[in-house]
Amino acid sequence: MTDGFLISQSDKRPIYLQIMEQIKQRIAVGDWAEGQAIPSIRQLAVDLEVSVITVKRAYLELEREGVIVTQQGKGSHVASIPGLGLRLQEQELEKHLEQAIRLADLLGIRPEDLKARLREAEGRIKKEEEQV
Amino acid sequence: MSDLAIELAGVGKKYPYFALDNIHLEVPQGQIMGLIGPNGAGKSTTIRIVMGLVQQDHGEVRVLGRSMPAEQIAAKWDIGFASEDMRLYEGMTLAWHMNFIRSIYAKWDAPYAQLLLKRFGLRAEQKIKGLSHGQRVKATLLLVLARRPRLLVLDEPTTGLDPVARHEILRELTAVMTDEGRSILFSSHNTQDVEQISDQITFIDRGRIIDSMDKEAYLDRWRRLRLEVPFGIALPALPGVIGIRQNGRLAVATANAFAPDMANAYESSGARVQAIETMTLEEIFVANVERSREEVEA
Repeated sequence: MTDGFLISQSDKRPIYLQIMEQIKQRIAVGDWAEGQAIPSIRQLAVDLEVSVITVKRAYLELEREGVIVTQQGKGSHVASIPGLGLRLQEQELEKHLEQAIRLADLLGIRPEDLKARLREAEGRIKKEEEQV
Repeated sequence: MSDLAIELAGVGKKYPYFALDNIHLEVPQGQIMGLIGPNGAGKSTTIRIVMGLVQQDHGEVRVLGRSMPAEQIAAKWDIGFASEDMRLYEGMTLAWHMNFIRSIYAKWDAPYAQLLLKRFGLRAEQKIKGLSHGQRVKATLLLVLARRPRLLVLDEPTTGLDPVARHEILRELTAVMTDEGRSILFSSHNTQDVEQISDQITFIDRGRIIDSMDKEAYLDRWRRLRLEVPFGIALPALPGVIGIRQNGRLAVATANAFAPDMANAYESSGARVQAIETMTLEEIFVANVERSREEVEA
């Protein structure tokens, strides 16, 4: 169930964030279904070869975000929220858009002007795809 | 019974050219404690005191609830210790060593020992003198792990290993933690190993403990703030910021007690916060040692 988790030293983000993101990805693509039981903190730590406290932190933050639910003595499972996977995918998009706005702000570009840039980027992607 | 696997309180030890000073250290049961620090910081001396191999001049040492060094014989049944300078019998095979340890420790887990042989890529019939450094380290660790001790104390278990051997060892150490009743204290100057597998971190330099706490809380306290400072603006001195390096308009502030309002404080001084970055344990290690040395010199 935890095959394919990858903790990378070259990823500059803290390990707990990498774990959070990979759990969200599994839920977003539907591999971990809503309401499904997920590995215990200790089990995931052993599987990923990372410390228990790091996985505990990832689970606590995911719980705070309402993505998973942990019950004392019963373990953890994915929150039973219909459409949770889709919502996580949208959150991912929103995060990238916010990042784009922040970078644009540093360069003095207003969000309105980003629309034109988006179209330009779309054009570049299409061109690349045609070349492939 | 105490839920601390190891407890050191006010421990000191003086040598002609080195002293361990007022060491307080607690390793909770069920956790991995990583002891880090530069060469000669006092990591090995601390470990030797924990094992009762060196007697402290003063202070209390309790390991698995037993007072050290007085009760070391009783304590050691449940402690697995491995260090660089441990010697195996060169002319004997690994199988001979396994039988020897098995004859002493009733808790020896033969199927687990066989599994470890396979996972470590070792051959029991091989004589010790033919083993490489990495194979010796793995053989020593196998002899310790298969006893299933409640506490593992390992001095530099990954030093000098190739990446595959290092990975094999880290995997077995984290696997030990499946059982909540077991604990590990290990020293390393490989910050990646410590960042990956420890629950607790203790930083030691020049015989003193600089920091000792929960790894997540520890990493979370440190941040690097990248700032753009317009000409003529002086950055304010903020508590929790241990250093600022500035070159032209760009400055980097390092915080060891980061708070989100630091960014506001810099912004209201006229500077602009470009980025707030988390730091790796390696970067924290260097910043911490440099600061501690500056304090000593000042």
